[in-house]
Amino acid sequence: MSPVVPLASLPFARAVCVLVDGEQVALVRTSDDTLYAVDNLDPVSGAMVMSRGIVGSRGDRDVLVSPMHKEAYDLGTGECLDLPDVWLRVHQVQVRDGQVVVGLAQDVRRPA
Amino acid sequence: MSRRTLVVVGHGMVGHRVVEVAVARGLTAEWDVVVHAEEGVHAYDRVALSSWFAGTALGLPAVNDPAVDLRLGDPVVSVDTEVRTVTSASGLVTPYDALVLATGSTPFVPPIPGSTGPGRFVYRTVEDLEAIKAFSVGKTTGAVVGGGLLGLEAAQALQTLGLATTVVEFAPRLMPVQVDPGGGEALRRLVEALGVEVRLGASTQEIVDGPGGLRMSFADGADLDVDLVVFSAGIRPADALARAAGLEVHERGGVTVDPGCRTSAPDVYAVGECASALGRCWGLVAPGYAMAEVVVDRLLGGAGTFEGADLSTKLKCLGIDVASFGDAFATEPGALELVWADPVAGVYKKLVVSDDAQRLLGGILVGDASAYASLRPLVGSGLGVNPAELIAPSSSGVQLELPDDAQVCSCHAVTKADLCAAARATPDVSAVKECTKAGTGCGSCLNLVKALVGKEMAAQGLTLSKALCEHFTYSRSELFEVVRVRGIRSWSQLLAEHGTGKGCDTCKPTAASILASLGGGYVLDGEQGTLQDTNDHMLANLQKDGSYSVVPRLPGGEVTPDQLLVIAQVAKDFDLYTKITGGQRIDLFGARVEQLPLIWQRLVDAGLESGHAYGKSLRTVKSCVGQTWCRYGVQDSTSLAVLLELRYRGLRAPHKLKLAVSGCARECAEARSKDVGVIATENGWNLYVGGNGGFTPRHADLFLTDVDTETLVRTIDRFLMFYVFTAERLQRTAPWVEATGLEHIRDVVIADSLGLCGDLDAAMERHVETYSDEWADTLADPERLARFVHFVNAPEIPDPSIRRVPERGQSRPLLPLRVVR
Repeated sequence: MSPVVPLASLPFARAVCVLVDGEQVALVRTSDDTLYAVDNLDPVSGAMVMSRGIVGSRGDRDVLVSPMHKEAYDLGTGECLDLPDVWLRVHQVQVRDGQVVVGLAQDVRRPA
Repeated sequence: MSRRTLVVVGHGMVGHRVVEVAVARGLTAEWDVVVHAEEGVHAYDRVALSSWFAGTALGLPAVNDPAVDLRLGDPVVSVDTEVRTVTSASGLVTPYDALVLATGSTPFVPPIPGSTGPGRFVYRTVEDLEAIKAFSVGKTTGAVVGGGLLGLEAAQALQTLGLATTVVEFAPRLMPVQVDPGGGEALRRLVEALGVEVRLGASTQEIVDGPGGLRMSFADGADLDVDLVVFSAGIRPADALARAAGLEVHERGGVTVDPGCRTSAPDVYAVGECASALGRCWGLVAPGYAMAEVVVDRLLGGAGTFEGADLSTKLKCLGIDVASFGDAFATEPGALELVWADPVAGVYKKLVVSDDAQRLLGGILVGDASAYASLRPLVGSGLGVNPAELIAPSSSGVQLELPDDAQVCSCHAVTKADLCAAARATPDVSAVKECTKAGTGCGSCLNLVKALVGKEMAAQGLTLSKALCEHFTYSRSELFEVVRVRGIRSWSQLLAEHGTGKGCDTCKPTAASILASLGGGYVLDGEQGTLQDTNDHMLANLQKDGSYSVVPRLPGGEVTPDQLLVIAQVAKDFDLYTKITGGQRIDLFGARVEQLPLIWQRLVDAGLESGHAYGKSLRTVKSCVGQTWCRYGVQDSTSLAVLLELRYRGLRAPHKLKLAVSGCARECAEARSKDVGVIATENGWNLYVGGNGGFTPRHADLFLTDVDTETLVRTIDRFLMFYVFTAERLQRTAPWVEATGLEHIRDVVIADSLGLCGDLDAAMERHVETYSDEWADTLADPERLARFVHFVNAPEIPDPSIRRVPERGQSRPLLPLRVVR
């Protein structure tokens, strides 16, 4: 788990990209102040752009929408809500002493 | 039974078709076919003759059958119907069991003094064309006698040879056989706009050789000096061979044939332009082909007959659409004519309908014959709609029913039938999209998909929800009204009072656009920044590898050499792939986010600003150089384009907006394919609205004629604002105009029928007053600049995933990108 950025520097309802142990991670702070960390890699286009997507909701799920072709991903599970069997890795994220701390996940949380 | 011999005299398109059909239908199993050709070349496509100058190969496919003996360059000079032989120019005598005359026609040269000699040509064969081409070397002017179909083709040929060309027509209009006076007038304007001079009602009396070429004198005393003259004043059946053989010939020329294409001599047939069938000659290739079929059928023992032919024609002459079909001249008693004409744009459309307006009888289309394909099959049948709506600019959006096999989504090859079947099973747009994949590729068919699903749903008694998304029950236009009337200034207020959830990629950018249209200021500050798509968020266009492209505004397409130098240096320094856009701009591709402000700074320092290529907003106002430079321009189109671009730059709208200004009716700026197009006239400007290129091309509709600049600008102000006020999300002006109705829009923005003009004017005034360059505004504020890094925790490290390889002297993304799907 590595401290990455001060929480206070994160905007609401938008994502930013951070470098964590050599990996590109999209950090999302929702409008009601929930934090998520997912891959910055858009699994569909292969470009490092997830952090530039729009943050919103679908039903009661917080979602991040790829800016490339608009697939929405459930920020809690990483599941793509528009395409079957496409996932984002979801990383651990906490706030310690005002710093956002991220722990990289090894793989996507595909259900067994 | 011994083999029999068919002799075909003539190797033009129809003669060749006789041979093709004979082979295809198995006649050559029992018959040998001997073909005598006058020309020394294989049969070619005479209809496309004028494209020979452009280097097009015209040859028709050869027939590969050992029973066919093709004798090129050896015309038949006599026929003996008693002993049944033909004799050729080389002295060959060939006995025949059946003979087909396909000698075609010869060009008509008026019997006037000086009609033959050096510099006088006809336009019929490739040999004629070769002679014209050889003679034209070093010459500058040419005249074509004859303004019919062939005459205009000859004029096109002379133009291709670089000659200043005059068409001389005896009749008071061009193409008198195909079009009526109104159509002829539209055609004349179009032909003249192409730089061809037209003299109508001109009777050539004499051609004399002068020191500088030829002098043509006309009955009215005028004369014309040219280097060469081409006669293309009609054709005459080439029936001399038949006359000499004693065959019956029609009084107006042409070998008389019965419906079986049989002449007066036994086993002698005539087909094509040399034949007179049903009392007339048929000067088109399609009836000739029909006759070829009849003859072969007869030789096989059949009873085929030639019943006449539909003389409907659609052609492109000098690039101009002309179509004439059915009873084009309204000869049926009581027939009514409906005419729609736009003389400035050069469009003339006439429909002929029965006296009760229920049946379509025929029509003439000049300048825009796109309706021909759908109209011609309707001839003789019921119309089902007000006929005026079939030719008028589509004010009411009437459309002919889309056939079931029409492809709706070309990305995923989904037909209308597929789509409707899916919609019947699951009457819901997203379900249909998921099941058929329609609309999930480029998305350009989405409106059509929605309309078709909506229609199926309506048939089931369901209504298509117009809700923007799950967060708002309003459509975009309703939401705009809510924001405007209630004076809502923020997303939180809008969502709290009228929506649910946290928003999404549909409603957030829509709300951002609405707030911006209503004067929201800098689009990226605070909460507004969270609503924007990445393009608006980065003030640049996202590319497939995660880099962005940068387009500086060049109002009206003008750029100074100094600015060009700066743009070039920026492109070199940042290794940006550089391309000219369709809207007369320069697009610089491949900038990383942290490079964007550095690039903007250099551009802004050179007096350039954001071109808003990233926004659903005014993109470009394209223009020609206009009267300042152009020999044909009648107004200063560039200055007007600059004025319009500076006025509407930055205006956020439901979709992108493209404008254009042309300095004359030649329309070099392609204004009629734009949302708003302006075309200069002698007296001012003509305004066109609702044009589109792209997925559903649409010519813009004429909105105002011959207005001054002030009226023009005020009307465009209101048109654009009314569009911003009332269009749906991602609805371009073209479908908006069709859905709203051109007349209604006219009522609102000109007659102020809704009392809305004050609001529209005020909104535009506010936009113009508060405009500010988004790049400069960003550069001026360190807080705004802070966003332009890739890693917020390592701003000095650029995105390592963006890599380049060289291509044609520039850089392009290294592909494929890593895809882990």
